[in-house]
Amino acid sequence: MKKVLMPLLMVAVLALVPYLGVTYAGLGYLFGVVIPYASAVVLVGGFLFRLADWLRRPVPFRIPTTCGQERSFDWIRQNPVESPSNFWQTAVRVLSEVLLFRSLFRNTKAELHGGPKLAYGSNKWLWLGGLAFHWSLLVIVLRHARFFFIMMPGPIQLIDDFDRFLDVTVPAFYLTDAVVLAAVTFLVLRRFQDAKVRVISLPTDFFPLFLISGIVLAGVSMRYVTKVNVMPVKDLMLRLVQFGFDPPAEIGALFYVHLFLVCVLMVYFPFSKLMHMGGIFLSPTRNLPNNSREKRHVNPWNPDIKFRTYAEYEDDYREKMKKANLPVEKQ
Amino acid sequence: MSKYAPKVTELQKEFEEKPSLLKGDAPDMPWWDIPVEFRDGNWCFPGKPEVLEDLGLANPRKWAATDEDWKLPEGWQKTIRDGLKSRLKRFRSFKLFLDICVRCGACADKCHFFLGTGDPKNMPVLRAELIRSVYRNDFPLAEKILKGFSGSRKLTAEVIKEWHMYFHQCTECRRCSVFCPFGIDTAEITMMARELLNLIGVNNNWILAPVSNCNRTGNHLGIEPHTFVQNIESLVDDIEELTGVKVEPTFNRKGAEVLFITPSGDVFGDPGVYTMMGYLLLFHHIGLDYTISTYASEGGNFGMFTSNEMMKKLNAKMYHEAKRLGVKWILGGECGHMWRVVHQYMNTMNGPADFLEEPVSPITGTRFANAKATRMVHIAEFTADLIHHKKLKLDPKRNDHLRTTFHDSCNIARGMGMFEEPRYVLRNVCNTFHEMPENTIREQTFCCGSGSGLNTEEFMDIRMRGGFPRADAVRKVREKHRTNSLVTICAIDRASLPPLMKYWNPGVSVYGLHELVGNALVMQGEKKRTEDLREDPMAGVEEGEGDEA
Repeated sequence: MKKVLMPLLMVAVLALVPYLGVTYAGLGYLFGVVIPYASAVVLVGGFLFRLADWLRRPVPFRIPTTCGQERSFDWIRQNPVESPSNFWQTAVRVLSEVLLFRSLFRNTKAELHGGPKLAYGSNKWLWLGGLAFHWSLLVIVLRHARFFFIMMPGPIQLIDDFDRFLDVTVPAFYLTDAVVLAAVTFLVLRRFQDAKVRVISLPTDFFPLFLISGIVLAGVSMRYVTKVNVMPVKDLMLRLVQFGFDPPAEIGALFYVHLFLVCVLMVYFPFSKLMHMGGIFLSPTRNLPNNSREKRHVNPWNPDIKFRTYAEYEDDYREKMKKANLPVEKQ
Repeated sequence: MSKYAPKVTELQKEFEEKPSLLKGDAPDMPWWDIPVEFRDGNWCFPGKPEVLEDLGLANPRKWAATDEDWKLPEGWQKTIRDGLKSRLKRFRSFKLFLDICVRCGACADKCHFFLGTGDPKNMPVLRAELIRSVYRNDFPLAEKILKGFSGSRKLTAEVIKEWHMYFHQCTECRRCSVFCPFGIDTAEITMMARELLNLIGVNNNWILAPVSNCNRTGNHLGIEPHTFVQNIESLVDDIEELTGVKVEPTFNRKGAEVLFITPSGDVFGDPGVYTMMGYLLLFHHIGLDYTISTYASEGGNFGMFTSNEMMKKLNAKMYHEAKRLGVKWILGGECGHMWRVVHQYMNTMNGPADFLEEPVSPITGTRFANAKATRMVHIAEFTADLIHHKKLKLDPKRNDHLRTTFHDSCNIARGMGMFEEPRYVLRNVCNTFHEMPENTIREQTFCCGSGSGLNTEEFMDIRMRGGFPRADAVRKVREKHRTNSLVTICAIDRASLPPLMKYWNPGVSVYGLHELVGNALVMQGEKKRTEDLREDPMAGVEEGEGDEA
């Protein structure tokens, strides 16, 4: 249980820091200006560094995992997504992984029954939960653009309207707020419920889940419960995106909790498994066409290897070869 | 049965009664505290000192996995660390796969070894964590700042024992990578781990002895040229006795159009030899201008299970020999990992093959466009094309005594993507073919449990467990359709599936695809065929042997 309690405690302490800092020490400037800037620098710099760090390492071999029929004769139907043979098909494959979690959709659950017999059941909950989680996070991030622009850009306004289509409460209820809370709860609970996932889970698996829960909970409370005045918030954010350094006006401490946890997430991101966001585009088993017999793939460090040549072989076996009537190069 | 495996009834009882993670019983300690226990049947004999010396590999000595002290070389920790660093630098795949796993658990119950043992460390994610935990401890950045938090640990001799055990309970089959949302491929991680272990002399004789043989004699089984020829000639005699047709293979012949390379198991091992007879009949039937080499006499490549340098060294013979003989292109026999190497590595490692021509079937004129650069064609592609163009005279009734199902070999499925060609051939050479359940075939196919150099007698316990998911799928199709024949296109399958079937599904025999082709071919000038290539009676040929399938 230590691996669950430790990250939970860490998030709780991290939430308390800005609360105390702003309420009792008047550190609004630190938490509202300095830390956000610093975190943004770490996020962008760190993310780019990690990407560059991967990209500078070569891909010596063309190793796609082929999950469908390769291109062969014209009378055999190729599976262009699962066994792509050109760039565009491969792009579709990668994007379907990124946008739809295609491989996760295949997920099954194996069970051992008496006999003994194995049974494989369809198991799409992880796919559904994961998809709901990531998509609602994306929508939530996008609609936070309202704080960074004086006028919301059109497409984002559209997303925002769509998210609010259940316009029955004041302020209007965002669908994604509910979805992300449900999804994150599911993702935490399955780490307890499924014995296999319980065994493999590390504190670093719980920490981001708790951190994101904390961010969402603080945000949701601000919007629906304490109803923070958004004008000074928008004012602060507009100034931040214009690289201003003016101190923020009076905003509730809850806002600083929300903002600080987001900053923690930004700093944590490049140093953690959250980098799967960038890595998914680079995975050599998914982002290469299955055409290695058709087109030579070059390994930049292809080593020179001394192999046993035919001449050396014949030197060793010449007499035996002659006796067996095998042709030889030298008599 | 082997003294290295429990009786099947004992294993069945264990599966049903013993708590296991597969059934939801979590161990009562963190995975890194679970001790590693070597016992009869779960470890492979280590490489013999003379074999290591022959190959110039590190730390030749006498030792066994059950020893307390493995006599690791001086400074082995540094060797492993440096080796890890160098591989992280050379392989983006390795670095990425260590970095981006989110431990979602989608792979957990996809591994045949996990399904057969219930051992937590056989979940692909934990197999990789065995290395990740050390990587996180030794390498800066990432989550090092918060040790303990990130699940890192020191590199100790215990860790090496754990690596040895679990990277030899992975057959590099890639099934987990089909299900991983990031395509993390445990085969890639296992290959790196085995390279690292070889740097300090932690190894497997059943892999290294064939590597050494192959280097010296040209094939894994260590068959010298004259014996190689004799063996094939005795198959030629068998063919003549059975069919009345004399086939005439040639050896090391310059100027042939095609060089044919197949795993040496097809030349020497039962039931591989019947597949070889099938090839010989086929080539005779169509009058192919081909030759077989005694020097490049191995299709398979156990170097792949050692290091990528060793893979390159053994593979180099194919192009070297094709160039010397002046053939136009290479035709490859039925084998799994051989085709992973040929399809995904050969041209990169030993190409470009500009001394060969783009493969064209001399019988049908078909250009094999998908093999344009590597210039090596798979026999199932070649035969499927022949059948499609109606160039073969086939009598599928001759296989009526066989009720077949098809086992996709891992590498052909997930490292090449060839699913339809062998099925097309099979449907044309026999009348009764039924698929196994859908989660057990094609890209989701289960390994035989003995791939990647684990097909050794002393490893029988784990092999029978690892093969259980495949055997279970065969049982299902057998119960439903009275299937009695498991057809494969892999030489390791042909060696490893017979004992697996004998253990779990007695009464099911294992066949190569081209053995069935050989049975069905109506040869010019043949005598009345009443027996198949393994001298079993055909159905409906003589009275009283009808099987109205």
